[in-house]
Amino acid sequence: MKIIVCIKQVPDAKDVRLDPKTNTLAREGVQSIINPYDRHALEEAVRIKENMGGTVTVMTMGPPQAEEILREAVSCGADEAVLVSDRAFAGADTLATTYTLSQAIKKIGGADLILCGKQAIDGDTAQVGPGLAVRMGMPYVTCVRKISAAKDKPFIVERLMDDGYDEIEIELPALFTVVKEINEPRLPSLKGKMKAKKLSVTTLTAADINADASQLGLKGSPTWVVRVFAPQFKGQRTMIQGTVQEQVDQLAEKILEWC
Amino acid sequence: MDYFLTEEQQMIVDLSRQITDELIIPQRAALDESEDFPGAILDAIAKADLFGVYIPEEYGGFGAGTFEIVLALEQFGRGCVGVATAFAASALGAFPILVAGSEEMKQKYLPDIASGAKKAAFALTEANAGSDASGIQTTAVLDGEEWVLNGTKQWITNAGEAKIYTVVAMTDRAKGPRGASMFVVEDSDPGFSYGVKEKKLGIRASSTRELIFKDCRIPKERLIGRLGTGFITVMKTLDKSRPGIAVLGVGLGQAALDEAVRYAKQRVQFGKPIISFQAVQHMLADMAIQVEAARAIVYAAARHIDAHPKDMSKASSMCKVFATDMAMKVTVDAVQVLGGYGYMRDYPVEKMMRDAKILQIYEGTNQIQRNVVGQELNKEYT
Ligand SMILES: Cc1cc2nc3c(=O)[nH]c(=O)nc-3n(C[C@H](O)[C@H](O)[C@H](O)COP(=O)(O)OP(=O)(O)OC[C@H]3O[C@@H](n4cnc5c(N)ncnc54)[C@H](O)[C@@H]3O)c2cc1C
Ligand SMILES: Cc1cc2nc3c(=O)[nH]c(=O)nc-3n(C[C@H](O)[C@H](O)[C@H](O)COP(=O)(O)OP(=O)(O)OC[C@H]3O[C@@H](n4cnc5c(N)ncnc54)[C@H](O)[C@@H]3O)c2cc1C
Repeated sequence: MKIIVCIKQVPDAKDVRLDPKTNTLAREGVQSIINPYDRHALEEAVRIKENMGGTVTVMTMGPPQAEEILREAVSCGADEAVLVSDRAFAGADTLATTYTLSQAIKKIGGADLILCGKQAIDGDTAQVGPGLAVRMGMPYVTCVRKISAAKDKPFIVERLMDDGYDEIEIELPALFTVVKEINEPRLPSLKGKMKAKKLSVTTLTAADINADASQLGLKGSPTWVVRVFAPQFKGQRTMIQGTVQEQVDQLAEKILEWC
Repeated sequence: MDYFLTEEQQMIVDLSRQITDELIIPQRAALDESEDFPGAILDAIAKADLFGVYIPEEYGGFGAGTFEIVLALEQFGRGCVGVATAFAASALGAFPILVAGSEEMKQKYLPDIASGAKKAAFALTEANAGSDASGIQTTAVLDGEEWVLNGTKQWITNAGEAKIYTVVAMTDRAKGPRGASMFVVEDSDPGFSYGVKEKKLGIRASSTRELIFKDCRIPKERLIGRLGTGFITVMKTLDKSRPGIAVLGVGLGQAALDEAVRYAKQRVQFGKPIISFQAVQHMLADMAIQVEAARAIVYAAARHIDAHPKDMSKASSMCKVFATDMAMKVTVDAVQVLGGYGYMRDYPVEKMMRDAKILQIYEGTNQIQRNVVGQELNKEYT
């Protein structure tokens, strides 16, 4: 089984301050870490590998310094590491990020299972996992809190919901995004650290992944960040009723209202 | 101070520090209170490959030496000497197999000890045999293809938690010191059981119990090394292990110093932080000097031992005395710097002071270590 874990380098939340003037994150001098959710994704991948065999490849799109988190992931049990890095990727929003990651994954021969964190603690959109799954043509489950895997059987996963959980049976290839409840990530091991030290990280550039330049980085990013804030989920429900046409109309109206 | 560690050694320090900061320190007060064995922490240490640091690669270890295990133990000792003792005792239990066991014996036991899947323990002490091992009353008698053990070992660290025990028993009392032998006893052996858990002043996370042998039968091949070499194996084991105890003193002393300095900077009396009083400053300075001196002698002794000299007893004993006496003094002084707050369980230094005391007692009391150094001097100057 070939498992790919997408990990993102994020500023350590402990160190992050908001710049009061610009209302943006002051990133200078802030320690970079593996996005905390992605640690859980990595741990789950390593456990699946330990039980069922296979390899775990960690992949990140980021600047050359992001190689650090790849090495750290290898010291915690990943086998291989791929850095997707090119000036052309700078300024990517989630659309461009998922395009770039999907091209890179195709380049290295695809995957049976892709694991992502539920969301990144800086960007917070939770869009990369689902977006990537769509680009890979894979089914996906978000907010997974448990994965039960057995050889030659479909996977059974539990998706965390506000009011309980869903149990979902799913065939591979598939993509899951995971929540923290799924496991307790291990610390690095001595042998892992030795391996990470010696490891040569594969770097893929825009040319390597046969990317269409118009879909990369700032150019490929239609998103405009107007304001950054964490939405409150209140779990309100509205039932839309009527014929399909009526329901669609009402829904479209609501969406326009919310925008 | 820079001790010019190799990249590998630095890795061991970093990893042990991370475990100490993330797992041991947050749990030490609770473990001290509940006296529970730190199974989950030891499992994490095992997953990090640290149980096998000193075990050769052919037996599943990392293939490093005394110095490297000392580096790991310094960090664990900084966190909690109780947890660190549980970890160190497994190495102590493994050393007899490593220094005197047959190839088959090493292959059978060391991989599980290296992976941490099984913990080991070392059993020498008895009610009437502490500093004076010649008082041992446990016996082993060969009966056909089996040894039959009878007797009781006292105050054995990891008893009940370990699966592999290296045990000293008399095989021929008439031969005196040459009549002692060492054996491997497994947790599941018939006729083997444990006494009640002791209630202790400190290192409460470690388990200390009796081993009880009642016609305990073990296969003939469990004899470690040759018949009658038990005390030689014990001496070799303790020579190698003492820097590990010494360095717990270094880690503990460092932890006490860290707490004391931090507190002295923020505690205000007479309108000033107490660190501005020379009496306090000098106490802190003396603590720092002693900790660094102890670290230097322990590192030097460990490196000396790793060079496999013919005689390592003196270096081993010197570092044990110096670093553990230091730990006792520095932890007492740390409580003094914190005043009444230091005496309360809300701060970690009272535990550190309670934990320090054991370091002067086990693996040979500091009086016995001074005897060793004195005897070596007597030999050297003839
Ligand atoms: C302060 C700030 C300013 C920003 N400014 C802009 C801007 O000006 N223009 C713009 O278009 N976008 C901007 N962004 C969005 C930014 O580009 C996104 O953070 C990025 O596209 C990833 O989305 P996300 O962080 O929401 O990840 P999420 O979708 O929340 O991440 C989910 C999971 O996807 C995976 N993942 C995410 N990113 C990567 C990666 N790079 N490599 C590998 N795996 C990954 C991880 O597994 C992660 O757990 C900004 C973000 C922030 C925080
Ligand atoms: C918490 C704990 C854990 C332990 N774990 C283990 C273990 O895992 N395995 C194991 O085998 N043992 C273990 N021990 C036993 C420990 O090693 C002994 O307690 C130690 O060797 C001292 O023996 P004793 O307590 O009988 O003291 P004694 O030998 O009775 O000594 C009492 C006092 O007399 C002094 N003294 C004795 N003889 C001399 C002398 N010749 N010259 C000067 N002074 C002398 C001693 O220094 C001491 O101050 C443990 C003990 C404790 C308390």
